[in-house]
Amino acid sequence: MNAPLRRVGVVAMVLFGLLFANLNWIQAYKADEYRGSDYNGRVQVAEYERKRGNIEAGGTALATSKETGGKLRFLRTYPGGEKYAHVLGYKPVTLGDTGIERVENDFLAGTSDALIGNRIKDMFTGDETGGGNVLLTLSKRAQDAAYNGLADNKVGAKKGAAIAIDPRTGAVQALVSMPSFNPNPLVSHDSNEATAAYNKLDNAPDGPLKNRALSEVLPPGSTFKIVVAAAALENGVGKNTEIPAGSSWTPPTSGTPIRNAAPSICPEEQVTLLDAVTESCNTGFAQLGVKLGADKVKEKARQFGFEQDDLTVGQLGEGGLPTAASRTGTIEAPDGTTDPAALAQSSIGQRDVRMTPLQGALIAGSVANGGSQMRPYLVRQLLAPDRTTSYYTAKPRELRQPVSGPVASDLRDMMVSVVENGSGRNAKIDGYRVGGKTGTAQSGPQTPDHGWFIGFAFDKNGNPVSAVCVMLEEAGAGGSGEAARIAGKIMQAAIADPGGR
Amino acid sequence: MTAAAVPAASPATTGEQSGVRMARSRRNAELSLLLLALVIVAAYGATVEATVLDTVTPDFWVPTAVLAAVFLALHVVIRFLAPFADPALLPAVALLNGIGVGFLRRLDLAKAAPGERESLAIFAGNGGRQFAWTLASVFLAAVLLALMRDHRSISRYAYTLGLAGIVLVMIPAVLPARYSEIYGAKLWIRVGGFSIQPGEFAKLALLVFFAYYLVRKREVLSLASHRVLGIDFPRGRDLGPVLAVWVLSVLVLVFEKDLGTSLLYFGMFVVTLYIATERVSWLLIGLILFFGGAYLAYVLGGVIGGPFENFHLRAEIWLDPFADPYEDGYQLVQGLLALGSGGLFGAGPGGGQPLEIPEVQNDFIFAGIGEEIGLFGLSALLVVYLLIVERGLRAALAVRDSFGKLLAGGLAFTLGLQVFVIVGGISKLIPLTGQTTPFLSAGGSSLMANWLLIAVLLRVSDGARRPLAGAGGSTARPGGGPPEQLHGAPTEVIRP
Repeated sequence: MNAPLRRVGVVAMVLFGLLFANLNWIQAYKADEYRGSDYNGRVQVAEYERKRGNIEAGGTALATSKETGGKLRFLRTYPGGEKYAHVLGYKPVTLGDTGIERVENDFLAGTSDALIGNRIKDMFTGDETGGGNVLLTLSKRAQDAAYNGLADNKVGAKKGAAIAIDPRTGAVQALVSMPSFNPNPLVSHDSNEATAAYNKLDNAPDGPLKNRALSEVLPPGSTFKIVVAAAALENGVGKNTEIPAGSSWTPPTSGTPIRNAAPSICPEEQVTLLDAVTESCNTGFAQLGVKLGADKVKEKARQFGFEQDDLTVGQLGEGGLPTAASRTGTIEAPDGTTDPAALAQSSIGQRDVRMTPLQGALIAGSVANGGSQMRPYLVRQLLAPDRTTSYYTAKPRELRQPVSGPVASDLRDMMVSVVENGSGRNAKIDGYRVGGKTGTAQSGPQTPDHGWFIGFAFDKNGNPVSAVCVMLEEAGAGGSGEAARIAGKIMQAAIADPGGR
Repeated sequence: MTAAAVPAASPATTGEQSGVRMARSRRNAELSLLLLALVIVAAYGATVEATVLDTVTPDFWVPTAVLAAVFLALHVVIRFLAPFADPALLPAVALLNGIGVGFLRRLDLAKAAPGERESLAIFAGNGGRQFAWTLASVFLAAVLLALMRDHRSISRYAYTLGLAGIVLVMIPAVLPARYSEIYGAKLWIRVGGFSIQPGEFAKLALLVFFAYYLVRKREVLSLASHRVLGIDFPRGRDLGPVLAVWVLSVLVLVFEKDLGTSLLYFGMFVVTLYIATERVSWLLIGLILFFGGAYLAYVLGGVIGGPFENFHLRAEIWLDPFADPYEDGYQLVQGLLALGSGGLFGAGPGGGQPLEIPEVQNDFIFAGIGEEIGLFGLSALLVVYLLIVERGLRAALAVRDSFGKLLAGGLAFTLGLQVFVIVGGISKLIPLTGQTTPFLSAGGSSLMANWLLIAVLLRVSDGARRPLAGAGGSTARPGGGPPEQLHGAPTEVIRP
């Protein structure tokens, strides 16, 4: 009976060999798939085992984790509440994460490859590895000014956005979307409470979860004239060149005349380009756009950053908060040729032209920065859990060069003229050189107009310190003036912030 | 090891040699191995406390010390009652049992409120219950060693045990579901808050009967009449007993809704049959019958449902557990995720989230442990199981009588098969069935039955390695000579 016993021994070994092979399949080959599976609750519990790093700006913690003693050890809290919600996003237990919390999740959670040295070190020292800290570029004062300015706007706008960028670097100084939301209930460990809070926000009519500063696209109105003016300056028109204007102009193929916002604006037959910008002369820019042609207007807009749909704002590498693309839209008749009526309306920022507040700030910023548009970013530095080592420091990078230095200089003079003599007077800051452009965009037949302001400020040494875009959605009459006022406050705060940001 | 093998190969000629060479009882080796196992168990307990409590409590060693006292007591019993027993069996089982108790205690720690963890009593919760069952089981194993001074003595009760086995198997099947069904499988007898799995004991009883029956019938069953494709097939009328056991297995499958137990009984029988007759044809017939039956049950379950529905569902879950990850497939999915999360090295004892798996203390304990000790740790556990199985088969090779060979071989293989069925089930190698993981799973029936199995293996291995009475002179065999119906080893013809 020994021969079959030996064979049975071999059978037992084969059976165990199968078990062993199968365990290898599951624990080695499929391990990563199973570990990160959506059905795996461990991922979450483990994530909350480690103290998530802070998100900070200007030395203040904007997102931090505190110990709870519960199954999920740490609760995320946002001391700033609504003020920073759209930048920080939130890191909920079961819902999807957003904002910087999402894009810097690996580093904040301490699972990033960059932090492996820390994890190994802590394994030996017995310290608990925390997550890394993310330092933002935001200026606390500018953010306060932007948030309070929008919230207390005098025209009663319910929706809007403001964004301020350092023109020299692209560092975002302020980013607010109105209405905002309180992220704290969303990160509650009670998933019912969190889901209820989320559903309420998700169903709110004004869409508080949307980041309007980066992803709302609205007709930019007259702020778009800066783009058309740039195209004109590059095509033989000087800032003092007289261009045709008038109180009303009807494009060749259309019966609808283009008019100015008020009868007092450029009723003359001809005005200088400088005056056309200063007064925001619609008839002048409609004719200028038609004369330049659709291709030149579209191309200039593209050079300022229109049509780019993959720009992200976070670190200066991969990843970051997504942005919507600004568009010039169709300026063609159904037969494929340029439609002069459409082009005339597009040239004053109407028709199908759509712009994000970010794009507005980028236009103002590139004008202020001598024609060089810096890539916007929010993450200034990544600090190790123990704050000793820096794993990333932003090195400002040019995104594109929309206009040459001389053209930028002319545009700057024209925009300064807008604030000093024209429609942007509300943005004035005593003792500083401020430039800008207002915009009032028709939103629809029955709804109030959107108010826009894009602008910049130079410090006493002649350095551009802040470029801003404020948008008040469906603000109605006085919207662009109010936007200019808020923009002035934001720039003033950015200037006053010690260290800039 | 070789000392044991030599007389087995040609027992008729090595009687005198073996008297000299097998005098070594190897009890001190057993003691050192046992201490090593206990050190591992203590280290495991300390690591669990360090991870779960962030500190090692001053009395972390108490559970291990109590286990040590129990296992050392059994060691002393073996020294006196089975001095030549295999020295690897007790330490290997002690290691598994110790890890099992430690892991169950670790689950209790995780379940306890954070403030009460430090003061969790040793005999509290599942871990404590398993602790108590361990004490009882080891005691019973010692009693069995004391009562059964020669393994051949139990052959006297073969028919009684066979009948008892069938009755034990059938009790849950005929009991109303509320007394016998847990999670869809009717394997229990539930009285009050207490449940026992009679199948675990039936396994032992039936094997004694199989061994006895086959020793008597092996000549008849070995007779070949048809030769097909080079394989000898038995006469049709000799298929009777195989078919009877097959019917029994299918009945288990249908009425107890459990493929695992059915596979276990049938595999047990076919393998003992094969060992007894040395006919590969029996293995083939057995495999074809079993897989045919299982496939038929799967198809019937899909078509007519009824008693086959549960098996059909389990097979469906096995084919794609992620098809219904929150309902039917939940447990298997969570088990797989636990194993995957553990990866190669595991999260460390106490570092995982075993409570993510429902009922992790029972069928899925291997997955729960696997999350924390990783592929390397699980491989080590598998090797320990394999060691027990192969040492059992070694005892079967070495023992001189047919009954002992069949008994030890069958028991050892059954233990291995059970590990295969449950570990294969939780790792999606085969459809999941309700089996316990020997020595690890919470549950007294399984622990006790498997300790009794080990006691029998210890006894057989003692008989195998003990110097022949005539040669040694000093170790007169208690319990008298071999039962008359058993043909002793010296007349055995050992095939190469």
